[in-house]
Amino acid sequence: MQKPSQSDIETKVAGNKNRDKLFGVVGLLSTFVGMLTLAALLADLATNGLARLQPHFFTSFPSRFPAQAGILSAWVGTTLVMIVTALTAVPIGVGAGVYLEEYAPKNWFTAIIEINIANLAGVPSIVYGLMALGLFVYQFRFGQSILSAGLTLALLILPIVIVSTRESIRAVPGSMREAAYALGATKWQTTSDHVLPYSMGGILTGVIIGLSRAIGETAPLITIGALTFIAFLPDAPIKAEFPFVSFEWLWSPFSVMPIQMFNWVSRPQAEFHLNAAATGLVLMVMTLLMNGIAIYFRYRFRKRIKW
Amino acid sequence: MSVPEMQREISVSQPAMKPMDTSKLKLQTGEPPRSIFAVEGVDFYYGEKRALKSIKLEIAEKKATAFIGPSGCGKTTLLRCLNRMNDLVLDTRVEGEIKLDGKNIYDPSMDVINLRRRVGMIFQKWNPFPKSIYENIVYGLRIVGINNRRYLDEVVEKSLRRAALWDEVKDNLHKSASDMSGGQQQRICIARALAVEPEVLLMDEPCSALDPISTAKIEELIHELKETFTIVIVTHNMQQAARVSDYTAFFYLGELVEFGETGKLFTAPDKRQTEDYITGRFG
Repeated sequence: MQKPSQSDIETKVAGNKNRDKLFGVVGLLSTFVGMLTLAALLADLATNGLARLQPHFFTSFPSRFPAQAGILSAWVGTTLVMIVTALTAVPIGVGAGVYLEEYAPKNWFTAIIEINIANLAGVPSIVYGLMALGLFVYQFRFGQSILSAGLTLALLILPIVIVSTRESIRAVPGSMREAAYALGATKWQTTSDHVLPYSMGGILTGVIIGLSRAIGETAPLITIGALTFIAFLPDAPIKAEFPFVSFEWLWSPFSVMPIQMFNWVSRPQAEFHLNAAATGLVLMVMTLLMNGIAIYFRYRFRKRIKW
Repeated sequence: MSVPEMQREISVSQPAMKPMDTSKLKLQTGEPPRSIFAVEGVDFYYGEKRALKSIKLEIAEKKATAFIGPSGCGKTTLLRCLNRMNDLVLDTRVEGEIKLDGKNIYDPSMDVINLRRRVGMIFQKWNPFPKSIYENIVYGLRIVGINNRRYLDEVVEKSLRRAALWDEVKDNLHKSASDMSGGQQQRICIARALAVEPEVLLMDEPCSALDPISTAKIEELIHELKETFTIVIVTHNMQQAARVSDYTAFFYLGELVEFGETGKLFTAPDKRQTEDYITGRFG
């Protein structure tokens, strides 16, 4: 091949630069699509729902009269379900992640487990609902309760927690493990004294991203029989007399905010739609807040740990 | 070749060539030292690849032994066999025996945790935990349940003095170890290894990422430490091997080519390959 002339090369370089600029513009536009959608959504919810966000909206039960209706039972239900979900998904997910990354032998069996966990993350949430209906509600007789709902959502976010745990502990340099082993630490001492503390930021981030997915889930909870209209609160967890704590609330029927929203949207009266918008706003703010906490944790832990 | 045999060889050998300044190299005199490690016909495999081929050598107690050789020659692999750090690498296999005080460390009855407390290790890239200097040094004690503050304080001071670091960090013991300079971090790692009172200290190219001043400090330290500890050091730097070690083993392509008293190996090597390597003709 003949050597290209200098001017040929310059023309080619100019063309490359133009393509470079073109991609910059396309990328910017793509970014705006996401940002604008979110902004429009928030603006729409705010214009419709903001007026409803009075104190009594949070302290009232649902009602036949749109102006008097509130989300008390929904946000209490969401909070309690999230507590059960977190308390179940975090220890199981982190435990499984640590086992797979630090303990498990690398063979065909663990390879199959790994592929399955990745696949589980893609299973439609309603399938989890069907499974939970059969297993928790009927087989284990947990009923249509907060316990069943919490466990269902815990299973749903388990893959997210496991995957993020594994990724965070994989980011801990091998030299830290070597340092601990060379001093005579056992595998568990190495894991609990070093690997887990150093990867805590990433693990917490994964947990919160999982929980913010769970908080918006509707389909699996409708499947297991969440109520759409509920005018009482679950049994209080703290009691005046001995033994001061009670777990009766676990067995209580419940509703959650996305279901409350769904219920109001499906009413014919436009007034109820305003309530739905207000609930959506609360839900969005809660999700964004949780993501904010995740970002804060990630930042703080990364800053504290230098290798 | 055993240590006493080597001693005899040294007395009969004559320097045939002078590849480097040998004024600092002194021949051993007096009683031959006791050997602490006996490597007896060790083969090591990474999967199918045989990285060590029938290695036989003895390591003298309270002396410094250097492993030299070009990259990939197996010197680090052998070093990491001595405290079984290679157990952590997947798909590896050891054949043959390595005896520590006469007991095979690869015997199923050998407790690898206790072995590693007797045979400490310093790594090529310093690896202090992202914790305070103090917590780094006491970690090896905390994991066996020693939490007495007074005792730990004593160990920290003693270990840092032994690592020639006490005066530099005594006012900053609770500062993060990762805020120190590279040379200081490496000496923190040395102090951390010394705190568990090992018998042997394995050093895997401890100075390869350090500047000359920090390197000189660590070399000086090795001279002091071998009064108390047995030292095995892997190094790419032949001047360093000549400066700090009493015995040197030259490896090439997984084989132990030559092993002997450092002064002799550098001045009158028996093998052509050794001579070529130390005079810089290859590697």
